[in-house]
Amino acid sequence: MQGNIASAEGALAAGCNFFAGYPITPSTEIAEHMAARLPKRKGACFIQMEDEIASMAAIIGAAWTGARAMTATSGPGFSLMMENIGYAVMSETPCVIVNVQRGGPSTGQPTMAAQGDMMQVRFGSHGDYSIIALCPSSVQECFDLTAKAFNLADQFRTPVFLMADEVIGHMRERIDLPDEVMVIRPRPLPEGVLPFTPVDNGVPGFASFGTGRRIPVTGLTHNEQGYPDTTNPARHESLVRRLVSKIEDARHEIADFQVVNEDAAFIFVCYGAPVRTVQEVVDRRRVPDTGYLKLRIVWPFPEKLLQRFTNVRAFIVPEMNLGMISREIERHVQVPVIPIGKIGGELHTPEELIEAVHFAGGDA
Amino acid sequence: MREDWLRNDRLPHIYCAGCGNGTIMNCVLEAVDKAGYERDNTVFLSGIGCSSRAPGYIETDSLHTTHGRALAFATGVKMAKPSLNVVVFTGDGDIAAIGGNHFIHACRRNIDLTVVCMNNHIYGMTGGQGSPTTPIGKTSTTTPYGAVEVPFDLVDLAVAAGANYVARWTSYHVTQLTEAVLNGLNTPGFSLIEVRCQCPTSYGRRNKFREPKDYMDFLRSHAVLKEKWERTAKPGEELPAESFLVGEFVRRARPVMGVADET
Repeated sequence: MQGNIASAEGALAAGCNFFAGYPITPSTEIAEHMAARLPKRKGACFIQMEDEIASMAAIIGAAWTGARAMTATSGPGFSLMMENIGYAVMSETPCVIVNVQRGGPSTGQPTMAAQGDMMQVRFGSHGDYSIIALCPSSVQECFDLTAKAFNLADQFRTPVFLMADEVIGHMRERIDLPDEVMVIRPRPLPEGVLPFTPVDNGVPGFASFGTGRRIPVTGLTHNEQGYPDTTNPARHESLVRRLVSKIEDARHEIADFQVVNEDAAFIFVCYGAPVRTVQEVVDRRRVPDTGYLKLRIVWPFPEKLLQRFTNVRAFIVPEMNLGMISREIERHVQVPVIPIGKIGGELHTPEELIEAVHFAGGDA
Repeated sequence: MREDWLRNDRLPHIYCAGCGNGTIMNCVLEAVDKAGYERDNTVFLSGIGCSSRAPGYIETDSLHTTHGRALAFATGVKMAKPSLNVVVFTGDGDIAAIGGNHFIHACRRNIDLTVVCMNNHIYGMTGGQGSPTTPIGKTSTTTPYGAVEVPFDLVDLAVAAGANYVARWTSYHVTQLTEAVLNGLNTPGFSLIEVRCQCPTSYGRRNKFREPKDYMDFLRSHAVLKEKWERTAKPGEELPAESFLVGEFVRRARPVMGVADET
């Protein structure tokens, strides 16, 4: 199965019943697959919108009716979505956005892989906020993590991003399809509780439209009732701090990762397609004393994980950008962090990673 | 006033003295009530601007969204749950400038929405900038020497793009407006009701309509009933300067989307 199809199937397994999208390489297979599958489900809807701004708007509208809603895009469309991603954050609307990353900036390299949107996903809309971003490095993870993204979106009432890339999206691998996937829906809004009063770790309960709760939703700074209150500094601060902390405070609880050779001196930190080259180098012992930390959830960044590598002499961070998550790692550790930024669309070669280990002082 | 539909704890509203938006809200709520809509199966949406603050005063589920995007959000709501009645408040800047693309595509899809556009020919919320419906020659803060761009005709746009119901009235014609909104609510598919209205603060002040009544008088004297014009105009005759047609422009049954399955 292809990675993009696996994302679509993962969404369907999780109960996705609304997809709005706009064609864009290299994510289009997801929309095409949803266009074929969703109309056969009772009460489900696929709609091709006029652009990615509208796609993002439509999934937010659908989410407020209680739908499990998703869109899929790549860099140029992702840029257009930023406006309404901010709205989803502010209105605490659960939804899933798949970004199959390609080379940028601008139209860039439509058919080539990149990881250049890793900071845009974290900071791309205006204002202070946090989001959750997952990164698959196999077709199996495209399925598993897309399904998981829906649960995290509902659990934290936030947009959740599957940050795939062209290599993983178009890769074909054999995968195991589970008979069923775990489904976590939002906590219901308790009777007598206001719609934006946090009930559990900073997250409000959820009541969908048409269920009698008469919820006013706005992108303006609002009180717990949902009413605009835009000039009260304390109101804004408490709302935005809650939006950030409901996610950041959970960063270790929701951390999803794999550690190999924890005691090694040279630790690769990787996510997405570069994981595959790291596995080639470390799992096949192409160079001694190396291990890796593979992140399935990159944002919120689980920095405490870095402390478990007690013998580490250097962290080596291969990314298909000019160094994004490497800087996040640098903020949290005392040892050297060596970014291996590679752009142009091709994967790192094992030799490039081995050379980096040598550069860091590792034996041949 | 349909007080039972209002969030009384949100009042007083933010609209300026003499604003036409309250009148239009009242007509819409009257029509919604007459159509038999209930508060728990009706959703109001809006974008950004003076018009778009209206849903916040109505006691139903509502989405006050981003500038120009209300119709795209409404598409999501209606397509995901067609049993909900969906009404959108918008303004001329919201629907004709930043939201123009969503507007024509919502008309083309003929999604079952009723859209009420409060057209005051100006960006009121931001203090009086020119909009795509500011008439040629009228002044605003961004057209200090008079607007030079040809304005959009929202009715022509909606008819050409495929909406099933299109009407235009003004904040002066409250009875006809209420009737038109009711017709829009009862017509499956996309309905646009354009409502020309006064903005004494931002438009009137700069264009010799300083008092609310000045622009109401203008609306009354320059609105030409479409049916009457079609009956009496000589072939090729143009409308008098600054006059505009009001009435029902289209009511048809093109294929629609988002209509609740009766079964």
